[in-house]
Amino acid sequence: MRPDMQDQILSIIAREAAMEPAEVHPDMTLEELGLDSLGLVEMIFSIEETFGVSVPFNANEPTQSDFDISSVGAIVRAVERLIASPQPEMA
Amino acid sequence: MRRVVVTGAGTVNALAPDAVGTLAAMKAGRCGIGALEFADVERLTIRIGAQVKGFAPETLFEKNKLSLYDRFTQFGLLAAREAMGQAGLTEVPGDRTRWGAIIGTAGGGNATVNEAYRAVYAEGKNRVHPFTVPRLMGNAAASHISMAWGLMGPSFAVATACASSNHAIGLAYQMIRSGMADGMLAGGAESMLNFGGLKAWEGLRVMSPDGCRPFAANRNGMVQGEGAGVFVLETLDSAQARGANILAEITGFAMCSDAGDIVMPSRDGAARAMRGALADAGIAADQVDYINAHGTGTNANDRTEAAAILDVFADRGKVVPVSSTKAMHGHCIGATGAVEMFACLMALNEGVIAPTVNHDAPDPDCPLDVVPNSAREAQVKTVMSNAFAFGGLNAVLVLSKI
Repeated sequence: MRPDMQDQILSIIAREAAMEPAEVHPDMTLEELGLDSLGLVEMIFSIEETFGVSVPFNANEPTQSDFDISSVGAIVRAVERLIASPQPEMA
Repeated sequence: MRRVVVTGAGTVNALAPDAVGTLAAMKAGRCGIGALEFADVERLTIRIGAQVKGFAPETLFEKNKLSLYDRFTQFGLLAAREAMGQAGLTEVPGDRTRWGAIIGTAGGGNATVNEAYRAVYAEGKNRVHPFTVPRLMGNAAASHISMAWGLMGPSFAVATACASSNHAIGLAYQMIRSGMADGMLAGGAESMLNFGGLKAWEGLRVMSPDGCRPFAANRNGMVQGEGAGVFVLETLDSAQARGANILAEITGFAMCSDAGDIVMPSRDGAARAMRGALADAGIAADQVDYINAHGTGTNANDRTEAAAILDVFADRGKVVPVSSTKAMHGHCIGATGAVEMFACLMALNEGVIAPTVNHDAPDPDCPLDVVPNSAREAQVKTVMSNAFAFGGLNAVLVLSKI
């Protein structure tokens, strides 16, 4: 992943968590970021809009989708995979 | 205080365009959810819903009036027509300045909004239908019902998202009970099954792509429905004086607010509403024979509602039948409490409890008797109907056999 992409993702996450990008580290969980379910859905929307991808995510089964949200690093890698394997954008 | 009874009931929903068909479907445990059919559905990720199909409004309404009716108004008018017919009324009994219509809706004329936006944004037109505003306004169904039946007392719309119908019926009950009105046509009407309406819901990521499975371990979200339910409410004295067939007595109602989260439900708020309705009815929890759950099929609602039921009903909460009929008719949002009222009336009048269908994986977080998959015969004297809306607005009704 290009560093600027990673920075972009980190800044999206930081914005939703109301933190400075420098305060966001790859090993942090959503809980540690203080992100609730609405914040998470808004963060995913921002990622989709920024990178033109469609993120498979259902709030009812957050751990079931292919999109790993267990940590900031996992989210960055998941976005990376989505960008690397272009999909027909449905949403 | 005056006693308030239900003497007529009408509905349109995905299960059937009338009360008889709806009750038959609920008894059979039939699911009305299927592939959505409307323009641009292929651009949605969620493509299922409980849609009213084969609906031909041009055969049901006069042409010059139909141009004033959004789909939710059409549903509301039809349900009111059936309810009045079932109540044996060609006009309201007594003083019509003391009768009104209270109709719950969340989206109002959402189909009209969708069509008008499509015209101006997608098709580049600079003109929309001249009746766009009177069609889309949230009070359109309540107003047209008042006009259709000459109801000249208090009429208005109630917008409390998924609790709109229960708030509407509860307010009508309180107004008649207190003497502010003699009778009401009350219920809810909703139609958001169009591209714009569903696209908005899809964005929230709470919709299931494959089915509504309330209280089941494998549930993965709600499935949207549409339709209406309208009821004739009047005083017990008036119903008895005219020899009306009484379907149920409304004996308790409570509403409260979570004052917490705009979408997440609250166990405490749900429990307070249920306790309030029991207190209003003057009964103990163990007198409730059936609970029609809000049971949306989302992770958050079902777990929270189950916990709240166990808080209020204690050990009885594990054995009292609790079902969510949304698995059959979908979540009809502002109309849902009114459509679900048919399961309550069926339990009281026919001794049949509607099932929670699509239930093959019990969830330990929801240790309730959800009447899985098949309807059940039971002696039912008192029922509770739950509605817990987005925005943290709760409305619970208690009805009893007379």
